[in-house]
Amino acid sequence: MSNAGWIETCRADEIDEEDVLRFDHGSLTLAIYRSADGKYYATDGLCTHEQVHLADGLVMGDIIECPMHNGRFDYRTGEAKGAPVCVNLKTYPVKVEGGRVLVQIG
Amino acid sequence: MRDYSLTGPENAAARAKGLASAEWYRCAIPRKRMKELMQRRDGPAIRDTITWFAAIIGSGALLYLAWGTWWAVPAFLLYSVIYAGPSDSRWHECGHGTAFKTRWMNDVLYQIASFMVVREPTSWRWSHARHHTDTIIVGRDPEIAATRPPSFLTLALNALHIKNTIAELRRVVLHSLGRMTEAEKDYIPESEYPKVFRAARAWLAVYLAVIAACFAMGSVMPLFFIGLPSLFGAWLHLFFGLTQHAGLAEDTLDHRLNSRTVYMNPVFRFMYWNMNYHIEHHMFPMVPYHALPALHEAIKADTPPPYPSCWAAYREIIPTLLRQAKDPTYFVRRPLPGAQLEPSTSFAAAPAA
Ligand code: FES
Repeated sequence: MSNAGWIETCRADEIDEEDVLRFDHGSLTLAIYRSADGKYYATDGLCTHEQVHLADGLVMGDIIECPMHNGRFDYRTGEAKGAPVCVNLKTYPVKVEGGRVLVQIG
Repeated sequence: MRDYSLTGPENAAARAKGLASAEWYRCAIPRKRMKELMQRRDGPAIRDTITWFAAIIGSGALLYLAWGTWWAVPAFLLYSVIYAGPSDSRWHECGHGTAFKTRWMNDVLYQIASFMVVREPTSWRWSHARHHTDTIIVGRDPEIAATRPPSFLTLALNALHIKNTIAELRRVVLHSLGRMTEAEKDYIPESEYPKVFRAARAWLAVYLAVIAACFAMGSVMPLFFIGLPSLFGAWLHLFFGLTQHAGLAEDTLDHRLNSRTVYMNPVFRFMYWNMNYHIEHHMFPMVPYHALPALHEAIKADTPPPYPSCWAAYREIIPTLLRQAKDPTYFVRRPLPGAQLEPSTSFAAAPAA
């Protein structure tokens, strides 16, 4: 399988279950999630309400809660779950290879 | 005097200076610890809510029994302070969505407390979001209680919630007609307007029902249970609320310089839901009220010394406001641990040209 557009981010074991990690790539900031059942996901790293890093927030089940105003997104789909976030988050394909989390940004 | 409105020139000036939606100082705290502190629980807020409503019902029963005698006066004042005093902190915590773990519980108490404190739920949710994004940034923060120079008339009127209530009732009428103010358009997205209008109409219906009950009973008693307590008990949340930011720096990007942490007794902390840990709350707004004492312990080495009591806070606030009445450029400079001892001059407030 081609790895075009994929970038290597963190080690898979760097993220606790039900947690999130920030990863910067050039001007792009990502939030990389590990769900309670061990699956990995990636979204834009900044909240769509204001420029706040979601990786400082709290993962609860399938939800990432923004640390600033309680904005909530489903990190699997990027769906904004209500005020004050009204715009969905961009999501990115993710795979784990050789113990590393790869994210397709291109 | 600077223009504190959101629609004046200070708004653009704040944005031009990089003070709007900016990056704020945050004390270092390990992620693992922060996650523990952010954990939600239902237990503390359920316990506190039952206690609060039991106290409202108990003092309400006293008022009912004393009605028609002079004992009704102290009973009403007691009922009012129990009704309105904590309604501010309940509105506040539930607005952050952190009081309970269960979302609907936050939402239900938020709606009830918003009515009790006379703050329209949707408008104030957005206003408070802005207060957190741009805390005490002039032209951006809609919740600056003590301006420079302070308006003592406004503060006195707000001890009885008069100015706020008049403004709020005006907005309720406006919103029930399907209209928004210009300032609100600055911080509330259009998609939220229908919620604002719905709540305003529901409030009007409740007020009309209370008035109808007065006519039906041939007595003003219903108004003394719903409506007037919001005014006569408001002094307590003003008393707590003024300790938060009054007299401190404007236009700084460090909550340690524009907010106060004040130690309070357990009764006050119950009424105020630990918002006396105000630096902590602003720096990490998603930490629930019951975890704020622990957060305080975790970061206090990197914050200015807390005020040991309300008395100590007011010994600073009152002379500061009096001095600001003559010299609006004056503010209290909080000492920071480490090298930086004063607010960065680039952000230190200066009177508008
Ligand atoms: S910045 Fe994320 S909810 Fe406001």
